[in-house]
Amino acid sequence: MSGHDGATALLELRQVNTHYGAVHILKDVDLAIYPGELVCLLGGNASGKSTTLKTLLGMVTPTSGEVVLDGEVVNDKPTRYRVINGVTMVPENRRLFKRLSVRENLELGAYLRNDKDGITEDLEKIYDLFPRVKERLTQKAGTLSGGEQQMVAIGRALMSRPRVLLMDEPSMGLAPALVQQNFELIRQIHADGMSVFMVEQNANMALSIADRGWVLQTGRVVLDDTAEALLANPELRASYLGEG
Amino acid sequence: MSALVAPMPSSAIDQDWGKVLRWGLICGGTLIAICLVGMPVELDRRELIERYLSLGYVSVLLIPILIGRIAATQVVLEGFESRKQGLYDLVTGLMVGLLGGGCLSLLMLALDSWNLRDPLVNWSPKLFRFLTYENGMGFGAGAWIVTCGALSLAGAALHVVPAIVRRSTGTVVLSLLALSILEGAVDDLSEGFGLDWLTDLMYAKKGGLTLTSTIVVGAVIAVVSVLTSGRVKAATNRYRDMQGAERQKASMILFAVVAVLCIVLPMFLGKIMNELLANVGLFLLLALGLNIVVGLAGLLDLGYVAFFAVGGYTTAVLTSPNSPFFAPELHFGFALIFVVIFATIVGLLIGAPVIRMRGDYLAIVTLGFGEIIRLLFMSDWLGPYFGGAQGITNVPGVDLGFATVKGTDPRSVFYLVLFFCVIAIYVSWRLQASRLGRAWMAIREDEQVAEAMGINTVSAKLMAFVVGAVLAAFSGAVLAAKVGSVFPTSFMILISIIILVVVIVGGMGNIAGVMVGSFVLIGVLGGPKQPGLLQEFQNFKLLIYGMLLVFMMLKRPEGLVPSARRSRELHQEEFLQDAWLKGDKSDDDADDEDAVNVGDGGGEEE
Repeated sequence: MSGHDGATALLELRQVNTHYGAVHILKDVDLAIYPGELVCLLGGNASGKSTTLKTLLGMVTPTSGEVVLDGEVVNDKPTRYRVINGVTMVPENRRLFKRLSVRENLELGAYLRNDKDGITEDLEKIYDLFPRVKERLTQKAGTLSGGEQQMVAIGRALMSRPRVLLMDEPSMGLAPALVQQNFELIRQIHADGMSVFMVEQNANMALSIADRGWVLQTGRVVLDDTAEALLANPELRASYLGEG
Repeated sequence: MSALVAPMPSSAIDQDWGKVLRWGLICGGTLIAICLVGMPVELDRRELIERYLSLGYVSVLLIPILIGRIAATQVVLEGFESRKQGLYDLVTGLMVGLLGGGCLSLLMLALDSWNLRDPLVNWSPKLFRFLTYENGMGFGAGAWIVTCGALSLAGAALHVVPAIVRRSTGTVVLSLLALSILEGAVDDLSEGFGLDWLTDLMYAKKGGLTLTSTIVVGAVIAVVSVLTSGRVKAATNRYRDMQGAERQKASMILFAVVAVLCIVLPMFLGKIMNELLANVGLFLLLALGLNIVVGLAGLLDLGYVAFFAVGGYTTAVLTSPNSPFFAPELHFGFALIFVVIFATIVGLLIGAPVIRMRGDYLAIVTLGFGEIIRLLFMSDWLGPYFGGAQGITNVPGVDLGFATVKGTDPRSVFYLVLFFCVIAIYVSWRLQASRLGRAWMAIREDEQVAEAMGINTVSAKLMAFVVGAVLAAFSGAVLAAKVGSVFPTSFMILISIIILVVVIVGGMGNIAGVMVGSFVLIGVLGGPKQPGLLQEFQNFKLLIYGMLLVFMMLKRPEGLVPSARRSRELHQEEFLQDAWLKGDKSDDDADDEDAVNVGDGGGEEE
């Protein structure tokens, strides 16, 4: 891919096909996330966005093609292997462990880590990033407001010390003002050096902060370009941005 | 009058009649249901206060008091101005009671006019005589309407009187009830402490407190409760607010007291009480195991009795000389090693195929496995090995060198069970705070996300199954040694259900809750075949279990134990949410909705 000559992709799908039973979901999907990038995958309902995420994380195994992490084919490696090696997901709708405390939620993010000092250090970092979260440590996660839950969800993901953050529909289920705030947050985390792969329906918002993007349609990548080019693309504008 | 009535929404006459009508009908319906279940007539034989009050009447009389109290309760919301309780609530209580009594009179009229004995076995002249005090229809109807009205009024009045009066009245009534209902247990205890003269003085020869002793004891308790009023609550609050080292110290003291009590008390208890404690221990052990599976890992296992059976049969085969095929006659201690091994194997065998299922499906499949294991032990196919329906008899007691633990000496059984319970409590407590415990809770909350966090969900779930299985098998092993035999019928599906009820009522995922649950349900009500303290309720045990389960799921899904403050927060939140959703602030409607909603939440959790 142009612009990344020489660099190894952090996480990559090569000609990936997946099936749920007889249903063919992803069709020859190719995509690559490079270190330090903020990229987004756009697509409507049932276009295969979530399946792409699950394939990256190892919760769905491709029927053909390769999932590559740091140049290593990880098709048959379990999710925890990928988490240890720096891939983490912030699930759609946040999905916190509702009856556990905020602190327990954060600690579960670091489930696979054994470095106690590092974990404490990262907790402090998250309190710095989200002072609100620190105030609510002992509260049950289910009792937080939507915005606070989003903070905890991101904090939980950061606790595994990821190198690439997979975000499933970060704007889903949030009030418009919070969506704005949330994207600002993602931009900020990216600015601190994190690679972010974001799956979104809200194309306008996602492209406004992303470097590159893909458009997925019924399991096939139909567009692959820089964010500016995609924003300017008349086809995309017609189908996703409500202009025609 | 107007001085008494609070200024807020209404005068005493301006009632919320819909609410009164509803609670009145609930009161009446409950009264009729209790009568037709046959509880009052059957319990009438048991006298509580010699010649004046029988357990049968108490079972009816308690209802208007309770419902009067509930009907007059208002939901207090923080941040909202609440009405001062007063005459308004008294009128509510009175009306509810009168309505309830009216319903009961209608029942009497019906009893008198038609014979419906065919579908309703308790529709009998006996019930009629019970209700009318053998004095004829008119007297009975009048008496019940007045009594119910008065009692319900008294229930409502509990809100109005000063807290100290309320607390001491409650204490007096409850202690008198306990003293009279638990006469057998009190007798047993007093004998152990050499206080028989006191109980002989207190109780009449044919059973029941004498009128004089009722008055004297009541007065004594009243004085004591007024003197100590507030101290207990202050102490618990102080304990709750403690932090860090101080709290740890207090917990240690509490723990030491409980430990000493557990060890010393049985020495003073008679056979019956020790037998009861041993049963509580057996079920506590089972419940602690199920608590790990259901409460921590969120796997609804309805076939839990299978592991109980495996423990029992393994012990029986390995220790009994009567084992039909293979009788090594090992010592209990050696057999225990095999109990652990077989429990683990069976746990894995049952766990492996069902572990990928969720929620309801898991429950149904485990239910099936529970029955399969029992049927296998009963089958002709495995009959030559396990004795089929004849079971395995002559299982020896546990020879400890200095003593033998066997069923005829329930005290020793209790100590053996206590030993296993302590292990189980320690293991549960350590696991809860461990990495594995965290993983279980994460799986319970959201399995997919837990997997995404890198938790190996399959092995964590299998671990929960195996740990639960081993604890249940220990309980089965002790049961075999205690009873001296095992039969397929000792391992009915009902045991699974009852243990589940114990866990739910006590509080899922809460060790202290499970302990309280076992004491309350198994100790007081009794297990599936084991009598509890309330032996009179033997026939109604399952009914009460069911009612308790429904009540808990509706009103207190978090279980008996979690702190009252926390639960108030929880319910207040739901209440406000419902009020907001309905866009309507009518108190009782929202209250109703509240109940439904909590129920849904409970279902979801499973």
